[in-house]
Amino acid sequence: MILIQGKGVSSGVVKGKLYFYERPDTTVVKTTVDDLEAEKARLAEAQAKSIAQLEALAEKCREEAGDESAILFETHAMFVEDDDYVECIMETLDDEQCNAEYAVEVAGEQFAQMFAAMDDAYMQARAADIKDVTRRILNNLMGIPEGGIDSDEPVILAADDLAPSETIQMDKSKILGFATQGGSGNSHTAILARTMGIPAVCGMGEALKKDYHGRLAYIDGDEGTVVLDPDELTLTALKQKYAEQQERKALLETMKGQEDVTLDGRKVNLYCNIGSPDDVNAVLANDGQGIGLFRSEFLYLATNDYPTEEDQFQAYKTVAAAMGGKRVIIRTLDIGADKQVDYFQLNKEENPALGMRAIRICLNRPEVFRTQLRALYRASAYGKIAIMFPMITSVWEVKECKRACQSVMKELAAEGIPFNPETEIGIMIETPASVFMARDLAKLVDFFSVGTNDLTQYTLACDRQCNDLGKFFDAHHPAVLRALKMAADAAHEAGIWIGICGELGADIELLPTFLAMGIDELSVSPSSVLPLRAEIRKSIAQTCTLELLEG
Amino acid sequence: MQQFTYVINDPLGLHARPAGLLAKAAKPYADTVVTITKGDKTVKATQLMKLMSLAAKNGDEVTVAAEGPAEAEAIAALKKFFEENL
Repeated sequence: MILIQGKGVSSGVVKGKLYFYERPDTTVVKTTVDDLEAEKARLAEAQAKSIAQLEALAEKCREEAGDESAILFETHAMFVEDDDYVECIMETLDDEQCNAEYAVEVAGEQFAQMFAAMDDAYMQARAADIKDVTRRILNNLMGIPEGGIDSDEPVILAADDLAPSETIQMDKSKILGFATQGGSGNSHTAILARTMGIPAVCGMGEALKKDYHGRLAYIDGDEGTVVLDPDELTLTALKQKYAEQQERKALLETMKGQEDVTLDGRKVNLYCNIGSPDDVNAVLANDGQGIGLFRSEFLYLATNDYPTEEDQFQAYKTVAAAMGGKRVIIRTLDIGADKQVDYFQLNKEENPALGMRAIRICLNRPEVFRTQLRALYRASAYGKIAIMFPMITSVWEVKECKRACQSVMKELAAEGIPFNPETEIGIMIETPASVFMARDLAKLVDFFSVGTNDLTQYTLACDRQCNDLGKFFDAHHPAVLRALKMAADAAHEAGIWIGICGELGADIELLPTFLAMGIDELSVSPSSVLPLRAEIRKSIAQTCTLELLEG
Repeated sequence: MQQFTYVINDPLGLHARPAGLLAKAAKPYADTVVTITKGDKTVKATQLMKLMSLAAKNGDEVTVAAEGPAEAEAIAALKKFFEENL
């Protein structure tokens, strides 16, 4: 067995032949020319052709991999025309009376070096962009056609390193994965591989030999390995991983773009739970139809002091904008209990789950609350934001929250800052009190969202943090399900919608019960969206029963 | 001349993609010179390579200035651009 260890930069396992990518010979030889104008005309032609190619690549990329990757090629097109870069080429031409190839190469090296010398890892990596653009102009000058893969069957593409334009112009149906000697997690190959959803391992160095060209191999993007001639144990593990992944993929393929609707036409809003703006990619990749719970705690947990209004605004805005017009429900801070933050200087409590947490902190510390609400309302101008308050037990709490919202809106209006005055307001149903009060609470808000983890804890008097409760901690307990039903009935009576954002939402065993209750929205982790969608699409809501509610 | 200062609020700073977009955003104001200053270094906003060579990082303060007939318009557009992209 030959095991080559690198850095896994895109997840997945695949088996295939290694194909070592050969770059055509582009050695530039300096020559002296008599007709400098003809040389400049050749250069102009090559530049125009490069720009046309890059624009076509951007177009192609936009369809295949999305906007982010497309912008890269548009940026490359701008490099080609950049004043400094072009000026540098022209200077060499004039000074040295040389061929255009040589002048382009000199300029490329000069600028690549400038970036490589910068004190910033990201900018250093941009030297590769300059080299890539330079190579493209050179290829066009020298009449070298755009490369491809000379193989009938799909391969694991191996190379020293791959430039973005090299990877994008390749026939994707022929690539099973990427294995490179150089590169990093920041490299474009890595980004592209992740967007395309194929495995990639980089940084394998000389251990990835050119001699391996044509050999059968496994690439494991999770472990960061390429394996040739695996031993039995390794082979079994790889095969199993591959099978699991294929199963997921098949599900993914058929379920993407499908509606979340039962066979008898009941629509369920299938949203996602996220903990930071970075998670939005996973939501979009898994075709989540909105965000049902954006935990704002990350902003508070990641810092040593209260996050500023601006920091919060940027985070909320990023998510709202990325989701387009889709609903993004942001829960106001929910710390205390199991999530402690030092700078809040909360008193130590015997029973933190029953103590000063979540909305209780906000209502006791109006300045902290106001900062978050201002950030939320400011972000509401950039997408469909909804605000959700956690740990509600009483009508007066909701009224006070709404007053705080009103006063923030008044402030923003006076300051001429845009916001959406129609921003939806909802509450978490996670205490037994909120269930008993649901009919009154429903009149005050636009939606309910049930936090099943806490609702279970408080209904059954079972501490979530306590691991030895075993069978006593039963999230399927009829008491929990009856509480859910009461909340759902109260919501529907008042004409508002109700969702579930706790872990139970993704529990396929309970889906019929939720459908029977008429739950309008399920918010789950991004990876649960497609399996749940598959299940919803197989269900018939009318035949679902509430039998699990029986004691 | 009109100008404003802005603190970069992007983990990667003024990197290749926003720099490319910025150069594009500054282009329509042909007769108006738009410059970006970080520390003692000033570059034209339309010069992509120079923009990137500023290496403006997250938390760095830059000054955006415009001089010319369309300066008010350019400043308004760029202010919006920075707020949305950086």
